[in-house]
Amino acid sequence: MGSEFVQFSLTPMLIGILASIACALPGNFLILRKQALIGDAISHVVLPGIVVAFLLTGVVSALPMLLGAAGAAVVAVILIEAIKRLGKIEPGAAMGVTFTTLFAAGVLLLEQTDTSSVHLDVEHALMGNLESLIWFQARDGWASLIDPVALAALPPELGRIALVCALVVALTLVFWRWLKISTFDEGFADALGLPTGAIGFGLVITAAIAAVAAFDAVGSIIVIAMFICPPAAARLMTNSLERQIWWSVAFAVLSAVLGYVFAGYGPLWIGAQHAVSAAGMIATVSGLILGLTCLFGPHRSRIGVGKETAT
Amino acid sequence: MNPFLDALALNAGYNAALVGIGAAMLGFAAGAAGTFLFLRKRALVSDAVAHATLPGVGLAFILMVALGGDGRNLIGLLLGSAATAGIGLLLVEWIARRTRLSEDAAIGAVLSVFFGFGIVLLTVVQTMSAGRQAGLEGFLLGSTAGMLFQDAVVIAVGGALAVFATWLLRRPMTLVAFDPDYAAALGYNVRRIDLAMMGLVMAVTVIGLKLVGLILIVAMLIIPPVTARFWTESSAYVIWYAGLIGGVSGYVGAALSTTAPAMPTGPIIVLVAASLFLMSLFVAPARGVAAAVIRHRRFQRRVHRRQGLLALSRAEPIHDDFTLRVLRGEGLIRPDGVATANGRALAAKTARDEHRWDIAREIHQDAGLTGRYDGLTPIEQVFTPDEIAEFDRRIGGPRALGSSLGGTA
Amino acid sequence: MALRSAQVTVAAQDGQALRAPDPVASAPLAVRGVTVSYGEKPAVFSVDATFPAGAMTAIIGPNGAGKSTLLKAALGVIPRLSGEVSVFGQPIETARARIAYVPQRASVDWDFPASVIDVVLMGLYRRIGLLGRLTGAQRAKANACLARVGMSDFADRQIGQLSGGQQQRVFLARALAQDADLYLLDEPFAGVDAATERAIIDVLKSLKADGKAVVCVHHDLATVATYFDHVFLINVRKIAEGPVATTFTGANLNATYGGRLAATHIDQLALADPA
Repeated sequence: MGSEFVQFSLTPMLIGILASIACALPGNFLILRKQALIGDAISHVVLPGIVVAFLLTGVVSALPMLLGAAGAAVVAVILIEAIKRLGKIEPGAAMGVTFTTLFAAGVLLLEQTDTSSVHLDVEHALMGNLESLIWFQARDGWASLIDPVALAALPPELGRIALVCALVVALTLVFWRWLKISTFDEGFADALGLPTGAIGFGLVITAAIAAVAAFDAVGSIIVIAMFICPPAAARLMTNSLERQIWWSVAFAVLSAVLGYVFAGYGPLWIGAQHAVSAAGMIATVSGLILGLTCLFGPHRSRIGVGKETAT
Repeated sequence: MNPFLDALALNAGYNAALVGIGAAMLGFAAGAAGTFLFLRKRALVSDAVAHATLPGVGLAFILMVALGGDGRNLIGLLLGSAATAGIGLLLVEWIARRTRLSEDAAIGAVLSVFFGFGIVLLTVVQTMSAGRQAGLEGFLLGSTAGMLFQDAVVIAVGGALAVFATWLLRRPMTLVAFDPDYAAALGYNVRRIDLAMMGLVMAVTVIGLKLVGLILIVAMLIIPPVTARFWTESSAYVIWYAGLIGGVSGYVGAALSTTAPAMPTGPIIVLVAASLFLMSLFVAPARGVAAAVIRHRRFQRRVHRRQGLLALSRAEPIHDDFTLRVLRGEGLIRPDGVATANGRALAAKTARDEHRWDIAREIHQDAGLTGRYDGLTPIEQVFTPDEIAEFDRRIGGPRALGSSLGGTA
Repeated sequence: MALRSAQVTVAAQDGQALRAPDPVASAPLAVRGVTVSYGEKPAVFSVDATFPAGAMTAIIGPNGAGKSTLLKAALGVIPRLSGEVSVFGQPIETARARIAYVPQRASVDWDFPASVIDVVLMGLYRRIGLLGRLTGAQRAKANACLARVGMSDFADRQIGQLSGGQQQRVFLARALAQDADLYLLDEPFAGVDAATERAIIDVLKSLKADGKAVVCVHHDLATVATYFDHVFLINVRKIAEGPVATTFTGANLNATYGGRLAATHIDQLALADPA
């Protein structure tokens, strides 16, 4: 656990943790608003976003792709809302129509474009490339953390995801009360004069930003899993929104750490020689955590007293 | 001849023809089977089912290789995918029923976790010596490139069977999709029919894996029913319309994709279906956007016109800008807001209508009538000319403008 | 605009209605020509209404008559097709601080992870703002509101564990925390137990005694005469409005409900005597 850990595991693990937290935070509210699958939709439309960005700029570089992906997410959200309202179609179906169509367009564009010279393919988009985000310059082990030369060579993904994670945390804190009240009782929030439409849209845009930044580093599987699994598991642990948030962050971190360790070292333990996909394993671990809370979580079942009399 | 027309006429080679027929059948089956899910407002369950096929593909490959067989056997892979898709389906049901989590959270959890685990297995497969050229990634997005003749046969036969099963089960599934309580009252086992519905969706998904891939098969299950819904209000027709739209998308899409090398079949089929959807969204006669916008604007004008005339008939001031614009536009008031002769006449007629309603409500105090007194329903629609003549006799002819017309209070 | 809302807040704290010469124009709530439609059918058509201060008004009508719709349209919770709304003579946007709203109990998901006191504190969110710190005084105020509806013992209970009547009381406590001059309640007595009904009516009567305006969408015709001072009868269109004594008559009820009320039933109600 010395220099090798710092060189090869520290940064991917940190990136995994930060990405998981950035997705899990807005995921809490999406789940309570019964919009869990908006995260699914967003992560699918990231692909056409980066392809269009590539077509426009002709280079594979982070900023245009992030912008392209964020733009695609905004377009998707607007399209879903438009189809829902204009066609009077239920939200699930409207989402399904939108994200599959945009995804298909993305795949087609990708096939039509000559991307053989650059690293841009669907698999990368889905699975990410967490294992490759190593800190090669960190030759002195933990001492590299205070070595400016080594620090300068940190993978740029780490800085980006840290920034986005900080932004998501800040937005959650600042808009905490608005989010809470408009999620619980939108009619009351309207009557208070709160901009409930803007709050809902802002939440989805925040989720999109988190998804895009996380996607850049870890691929879209982690994104969907982290939007849903840690908050869902957290909901089964407590009846307080504040505590639910803390639980979801804890589960997100746990999934990222355990998933990364299992992917990298698990196969070695059972005698295999090659590591498996870290992104996939992180998603799997988050699912196992959710499964455990579904079976044993103290608040796993509905109480239903009020619900029955209310209907 | 044009390669696209060749393909449409099934002249582009034996395999292409089989793929075309298979895609049409798959599209038809997917559209029809997806209709039941859509009507049950559970369209995205198909998303979970589709993603949950991936670990099955990986496990089947590993198992077949371990048993010394060819890991790429399509039927084996499809059976494996059906197994994990089934488990995923049951898990979605179990989570939604047994915990406080809602179905959308259950769908999202199952699809991401199964897919993640599937990716883990794919990386395992890639490290196996037999797995280097397994081509299992083709199941993500579908590929007809390396398709063998027998693969095409599997799709065509599977598609035909799915269509047949849909036709066989159409009545109970329609019933359950529209009104589960009524179906239960008739003695149908709703849970079992629901499972059959899901099972059919699963079968279509599995058959479609090779052709369009697991992400885009979701589109084939959702887009055709949503599109069909624009064109009909009848439950029986929406299934066949959806099947037709799916079938046409599959056939045309497959033909289009043979025209150029970089035209992947799955995305093209989806985009054909999506363009049908977009067209329907805007131009469909009753539910389309254009029709709805026109109707809404007309309705809004009607409301404002009527409210304006009511105000004129009571000699009340009008404050609403849009009301004033509507009245001015029809020449019912002058720019300064005073009623024109025409306006006065129509206001008098409105006043008479209101009067007739007052009398009508006094005479006929029944429940059916009160709901029609909504300010817009013409009295002639509710009462016969004889009855209206009777009201008029009681009123004693139209009154002069400005006479009091307050409610019955 | 800012100046105006500042004045409103001052007036709200003093608990006095702004004085203006026109009684309708400065009424706690006045709507004019309000039409709301769902699709192609008006749910509320061209309704004028004035709700007075220092009085309790019941909005009455059959199911689907647009009672709740009128309330929500007045609050701007759902869009209007036409019409205007004024609150204490002001447009609603500048008068929000003077309105408290109690939505229908069934309109929210009671499985939400929140405790009773959390919900009551939501009534103070407007005053605290986004980042303001919750003071001890505000916390004490929330507890006092909870005590006023007899729910002090339940402050830390998860809201899903409450009975229907208890949930309704929590909603009322939240509205009390808003410290408003106009209280709009959507079916506050629907499906609650007798103890809750008494507790709610006591609170509403004390609000009235303080000069506040209370408007309830109400279902139970049997209690109208004992609970309310004014009635507003609606069935898509306004049928009648005025004091219970002169307006809550058999003729008006017949006009509102059509044949849905049996004559005998109407006779049993404590109806006003049409003089």
